[in-house]
Amino acid sequence: MRNILPILTVVAVIVALWYALAVVLNAPWAYSKAERAEQTLSFSEMVSDTMAQKKPRLPAPHQVAVEIWETTAEKKITSKRSLIYHGWITLQATLLGFAFGIALGIGLAVAIVYFRVVDMSVMPWIIASQTVPILAIAPMIVVVLAALQVDDIVAKGVISMYLSFFPVVVGMVKGLRSPDGMLMDQMKTYSASASQTFWKLRLPNSVPYLFTSLKVGAAASLVGAVVAELSLSQNGGLGARLLAGSYYGQTIQIWSALLSAATLAALMVMSLGALEKATLKRMGMAA
Amino acid sequence: MTDPIPSQPETADAVITASDLNLTFQTNDGPVHALKDVNLTINKGDFVSFIGPSGCGKTTFLRVVADLEQPTGGQVTVNGVSPEEARKARAYGYVFQAAGLLPWRTIGGNIRVPLEIMGYSKAEQADRVRRVLELVHLDQFEKKFPWQLSGGMQQRASIARALSFDADILLMDEPFGALDEIVRDHLNEQLLELWGTTGKTIGFVTHSIPEAVYLSTKIVVMSPRPGRITDVIESTLPRERPLEIRDTPEFIEIAHRVREGLREGHA
Amino acid sequence: MMWIALALIVWAAAFALNVFLVRNKAPGVGYLVPVIFGLTLLFVWEGFVRGFGISPVLLPPPSAIGAALVSKTHILWEDLVQTFFKGALSGYIIGCGSAFVIALLIDRSPFLQRGLLPVGNFIAALPIVGLAPIMVMWFGFDWQSKAAVVVAMVFFPMLVNTVQGLQATEAMQRDLMRTYAASYWQTLVNLRLPAAMPFIFNGLKIATTLALIGAIVAEFFGSPIKGMGFRISTEVGKLALDMVWAEITVAALLGSAFYGTVALFEKRMTFWHPSQRH
Repeated sequence: MRNILPILTVVAVIVALWYALAVVLNAPWAYSKAERAEQTLSFSEMVSDTMAQKKPRLPAPHQVAVEIWETTAEKKITSKRSLIYHGWITLQATLLGFAFGIALGIGLAVAIVYFRVVDMSVMPWIIASQTVPILAIAPMIVVVLAALQVDDIVAKGVISMYLSFFPVVVGMVKGLRSPDGMLMDQMKTYSASASQTFWKLRLPNSVPYLFTSLKVGAAASLVGAVVAELSLSQNGGLGARLLAGSYYGQTIQIWSALLSAATLAALMVMSLGALEKATLKRMGMAA
Repeated sequence: MTDPIPSQPETADAVITASDLNLTFQTNDGPVHALKDVNLTINKGDFVSFIGPSGCGKTTFLRVVADLEQPTGGQVTVNGVSPEEARKARAYGYVFQAAGLLPWRTIGGNIRVPLEIMGYSKAEQADRVRRVLELVHLDQFEKKFPWQLSGGMQQRASIARALSFDADILLMDEPFGALDEIVRDHLNEQLLELWGTTGKTIGFVTHSIPEAVYLSTKIVVMSPRPGRITDVIESTLPRERPLEIRDTPEFIEIAHRVREGLREGHA
Repeated sequence: MMWIALALIVWAAAFALNVFLVRNKAPGVGYLVPVIFGLTLLFVWEGFVRGFGISPVLLPPPSAIGAALVSKTHILWEDLVQTFFKGALSGYIIGCGSAFVIALLIDRSPFLQRGLLPVGNFIAALPIVGLAPIMVMWFGFDWQSKAAVVVAMVFFPMLVNTVQGLQATEAMQRDLMRTYAASYWQTLVNLRLPAAMPFIFNGLKIATTLALIGAIVAEFFGSPIKGMGFRISTEVGKLALDMVWAEITVAALLGSAFYGTVALFEKRMTFWHPSQRH
C-alpha cells in the first residue's frame, strides 16, 4: 500500500498534463470564435472557454466525466444513448470470445505438452503468429461471418477469441512444463499414470501461469471486441460509439467510450486478480 | 586475552580504526543492534579475519568501513579520513560473497571496469589487467566470458578486479563461502601468497574457523544480539604458512581458542 | 469430391510423415516439421475450397491469393511503404525513443517509479488503439496520424519495460560500483543499461507487433487512397477477398520480419543472457 501516494501523484500529473494539453489544443478555436464575435479574450476567459467547448479537439477531463455520468447514471440502461447499454454489448462479445479463447488455449497447450508432433508442428506457428498484426484481419472475418448469417456477437467473439487464445496457450505450455525434473521423477517413483501426473502435479503447478496469461488475454479480447465493432457498428457497442463519435466529430463521446472501454478492461483484470489471489491462497501458493 | 606478540603502539601505522562504533537498523520488528560499541584497530599489512555466527555484525562492520552502511554512532577512520572520503579516494578494493562479474564483459573487460571508471589510460589498463590476471593465475582466460568459467575461477577474477587499482586495503566479505572445500583450500593458499607479495592490509569475513586461523595475523571473534566483538586473538603463526601448518599443535591451539571465544559469545 | 479426398489423404500422409520424423529425430527436424505442417495446411485449405465449392467471396483458395500477390505487387508495395515505412516505423522510433528517454529521466526518482509502474502497466493493457479516430482528427488523414497512434501504443509498454530493466541490477553490483566511487552516469553506462538490455528488447519486440496493428487499424478511420489498412477495408467492401488475403499475407510476413530483425539485434547485444545462451 506504500505505492498509493506515488500512484496518485502520477495520476495527478497525467490529469494536469491533460488539462494543459486541452488548453493548448482548444485555444485556436476559442480565439477564432472570439474573433468572429469581434471580442478580445483575456487569458482566463480563453482558458475557461477551452474547458467548455461543444466539440473540443481535446475535451477536458471533467467534460468527459460529466458525459460519462450523464450517459450511465442518468440514462435508462435500455436507452441507445446509455454507455452501460453499449458496454454490456461489448462485454458479452468479449466474455464469449474470452471463454472460447481460454478453452481453445488450454486444450492446445495440453496437446502441445503431451504430443511432441503437435509441439513441433504447431508451436513455431503460434509463436510466429504473435508477430502478425492479427487485428488487421478483423474487418474481413466480421464480413465473412456476417455473410454466413452468423450472429453479430459470435462474429465479434471470434476475434476476441483469436486475440485471447495466444497468451493462454503460451502461458499454459510454460505452466504445464514448470514442474522441475525432481518433482516429475517423484511422480515416476509412485508409478503415477499420465492423467494422475496431470491432475496432481502439472495442472496445479500451472495455475499461477494461467492467471498471468488470463490477465493479458482479458485485455486483448476486449480490444478485439471493440475493434470488431468498428466493422459491425449497426448494433451498438463501445466500438460503435467510437466510430459514431469520429463520424460526427463528437470528441467528448469518443473519449467517454474510450474511458469506458478502459474501465471495463480494468474491471476484468482486477476481478481476475482477485480470483487469482483467492485461488492461490486456497491452494496454499499465495506469495 | 593476553597478547603473545608485543603489540606496536596502536596509532603508529593504523590503517583502519573504529571507536565506540554503533549501528542500529530500524525494522518492522523494532530496532536491531547490528553493531554495539565496537573498538578495533587494524594496522598496515595486517590480515584480519572477522568470525562469528550470522547476525553478529561482521559483514556490517566491513560495509561500514567501505561506506556502504552508515553508523548511527561512534567514529571510523580509514587511512586517517572518514570512510566516505576514503571511498572517494578509492582506498580499498571490495570482494563480495559472489563474484558479481558483469556477464556481458569478458574477464579482462570486467577487470577494466574499475580502471575505466577511475580514468586509467588504455595502455595502463591493458598492463594492469595482464598483471593481476597473472597474480591469480587466470592469464589464459582474459578473453573468456564469466559464464564460461567455474565458480572458483570467477571468484579469483573478482579478486583480481579488486586488486587492479592502487588500493592498499582489500576488504573481503566471505569471498569463498559458496565454494567447495578443495577449491577453497587452493584459493586460501593463493590469497596468502598474494598478501605476501603485495603487502596489502586485508579485512576478511568468514564463518570458517580453520580458514580464519590459517589466513590471519589477527582474528576478531564476534557474537550477535547485539553485534559486538567478544575477543581479539593475535596469531602466533609465522607469515609463511604451508597448508600442512593446519596439522601443527600451534594451529590447533589457536583454533581451539577461537572456538572457545565463539562458544562464550553464544552463551 | 476428389479434391476433398486428396486433401484428407495428403493431411494423413503429412501427419504420418511428421510423426515419423519426430520419432526418428531426423536432422533438421526442428525446421522440417513446422514447414511440412504449414504446407499441409495450405494444401488442405486449397482442397477444401475447391472440393466444397466455397465461394471466393467467403474464402479464396491459396492459389488465388498467390496470384493476387504476384499480379498486384506494385499496389502491395505502395501500401507497404505508406503503412510500414511512413506510419509504423516512424511512430515506432519516436514512441520507443521517447519512452526510453523518459524512463531514464524517471529513473532518478524512486518515488515516481513506484507510481509509474502500476499506472504504466495498467495503461499498457488498455485498448489504446481506440485513440485512432482522435489522432486522425488531430493529425489529418496521412501517415502522421498513424505514426501518432503508434507512438501512443508503443510508449507505455516500452516505458514500463525500460524502467523495470533499469531496476534489474543486483544490490551487490550496485555496491561494487559504489566502492569504485563511480558517478551516476558511469554506473548507468557500465552497469545498469547493459543489465536492462533484455528488458528493453522485450519492450522493443512487443512494440513491433503493436506498431503494425496501430498503423493498420488507424487507417480504418481515414487515410489517403493507399495503405494496408485502407486497402483491407475497401477491398472487403468490394468483396475482393483475394486482395485482402494478399495484404494480410504481406502484413504477416512484414510483422515476422520486423520482429525477427529486432530479435536478431537482441541476440547480438544480449548474447550473455542465460535465455540466449542455449
